[in-house]
Amino acid sequence: MNLAEGIQIISFGILSVALIGAALGVVLFSNIVYSAFLLGGVFISMAGMYLLLNADFVAAAQVLIYVGAVNVLILFAIMLVNKREDFVEMPNAWIRKGATALVSLGLFALLTTMVFSIPWEVSAVATQANGSIVTIGEHFFSDFLLPFELASVLLLMAMVGAIILARRDLLPDESSTPSEQRLMFEQLPERPREPVGSLQGSARDR
Amino acid sequence: MNPGIDLQGSFIQILTDLGIPAGLAKAIWMPLPMLLMLAVATVGVLVGVWLERKISAAAQQRIGPEYIGPLGILAPAADGLKLIFKEDIVPAQSDPILFTLGPILVVLPVFLSYLIVPFGQHLLITDLGIAIFLWIALSSIQPIGLLMAGYSSNNKYSLLGGLRAAAQSISYEIPLALSVLAIAMMSNSLSTVDIVQQQSSYGILGWNIWRQPAGFVIFWIAALAECERLPFDLPEAEEELVAGYQTEYSGMRFGLFYVGSYVNLMLSALLVSVLYLGGWEFPIPVETLAGWFGVSETAPWFQVLAGVLGIVMTLVKAYLFVFVAILLRWTVPRVRIDQLLDLGWKFLLPVALVNLLLTAALKLAFPVAFGG
Repeated sequence: MNLAEGIQIISFGILSVALIGAALGVVLFSNIVYSAFLLGGVFISMAGMYLLLNADFVAAAQVLIYVGAVNVLILFAIMLVNKREDFVEMPNAWIRKGATALVSLGLFALLTTMVFSIPWEVSAVATQANGSIVTIGEHFFSDFLLPFELASVLLLMAMVGAIILARRDLLPDESSTPSEQRLMFEQLPERPREPVGSLQGSARDR
Repeated sequence: MNPGIDLQGSFIQILTDLGIPAGLAKAIWMPLPMLLMLAVATVGVLVGVWLERKISAAAQQRIGPEYIGPLGILAPAADGLKLIFKEDIVPAQSDPILFTLGPILVVLPVFLSYLIVPFGQHLLITDLGIAIFLWIALSSIQPIGLLMAGYSSNNKYSLLGGLRAAAQSISYEIPLALSVLAIAMMSNSLSTVDIVQQQSSYGILGWNIWRQPAGFVIFWIAALAECERLPFDLPEAEEELVAGYQTEYSGMRFGLFYVGSYVNLMLSALLVSVLYLGGWEFPIPVETLAGWFGVSETAPWFQVLAGVLGIVMTLVKAYLFVFVAILLRWTVPRVRIDQLLDLGWKFLLPVALVNLLLTAALKLAFPVAFGG
């Protein structure tokens, strides 16, 4: 075993522990903000795994999209929603938990049998270190052209939809005139003020 | 194109000549460039802080730091010492783990991005195939650290500052990436070395700034916004938010934010010079200069001289942009948050898209000039 292989094995161990630990934390923490931050850790560890598999472009894309966009969006949603509702213990919560455990175990068993039943053929051809991006591009414009184009059409539809939703002036006015809307905003009840210190305290005491 | 100096090759050669096995020699070499880069980034921060003090003083017709070393050159070191010895306070009812982790997550990706900054043909840590993309991906981790710092401080201003920082960061990443994409399209590569080499043939006339003027302006505006420099320093707008997400920080944790912001500014300036101003290239190609003086390109002393010239050119170009950024800070008023988001989404994004399309069209029409 030379230096490179040793480093690969050690990083694989560290990454696996980090990945599984962070994933467990996402599920088991009762504080939703911790879960959201740990989700970022899961995504980063996944990117590390991709790096170990010589997929540098996929790793960078994983960090950019999942950590930089998706996870930040989740955090935004959590921090902007100002819902101060105390967590109420639900009756018969064990049914839901049991069902979840059952489904998860079933999925785990399925994936394990799949992993062991497939004869994994490791190709003997050495992958070129910097060429993954070129290879991906070639596949996109030859045998994976249709899925690629379909995905881009889907994204375009989402973008057009977002623009329509954001530009309210494009939507036909249904009921309220501007003056009515202003009236509505003025009538919004003001939130009762509380001492500053209670903001986090109540969130953590939960 | 001659190979230039290969420091790694010669270092390993020397060690193997001394009787050390090749693998071990390579292992000894590996940490050296990384440590060197850390040192370069830190010294860059010190110089940046000093410049900031001196130039802002000049802009306000003051003298600035004067007694701490000649021309006040030790002022940033005194700042750093003060931050190190200051008491490190964690506010009551804050979240100590996230409070500590926030600044680290802000600083780490910036230092990691120095991996791809080239100072010469072989004078960089790694020549990755996805270098510029890696930088964009790493810089997208920063908002998480900012949100973490803002949330864990147990302070409304901090939370608002963190949210603003994240919103600003994600909205300006898109024009930034689109303007970089136009460059990548022209040089057929994402590697910083390839991008510089593609600009290297005609001296100053071949630099990307002449082919991508709109992209250059978009990139610079977006980079300023990513660094949270004025006119885009909304996350820490003193008059509105005290100091944004940094409000509750003191001592070295604040120091990390401070260092991170200057390292980020330096990194952006270096990358502007790499992407648009030909990186380490002299305005007249070094090969042409050698031809004029009748010097062989492969002479060792000429190689060393060219390498030094490359480093000096990169730094000169980068500090030119640092200077512009500092001058902007004292000349331009801060934009409002709605103006900031309007500028990002309604102006820069469409312009960057048009710029990308134009670049693609020009590349098809004039493959000679636009790297066909």
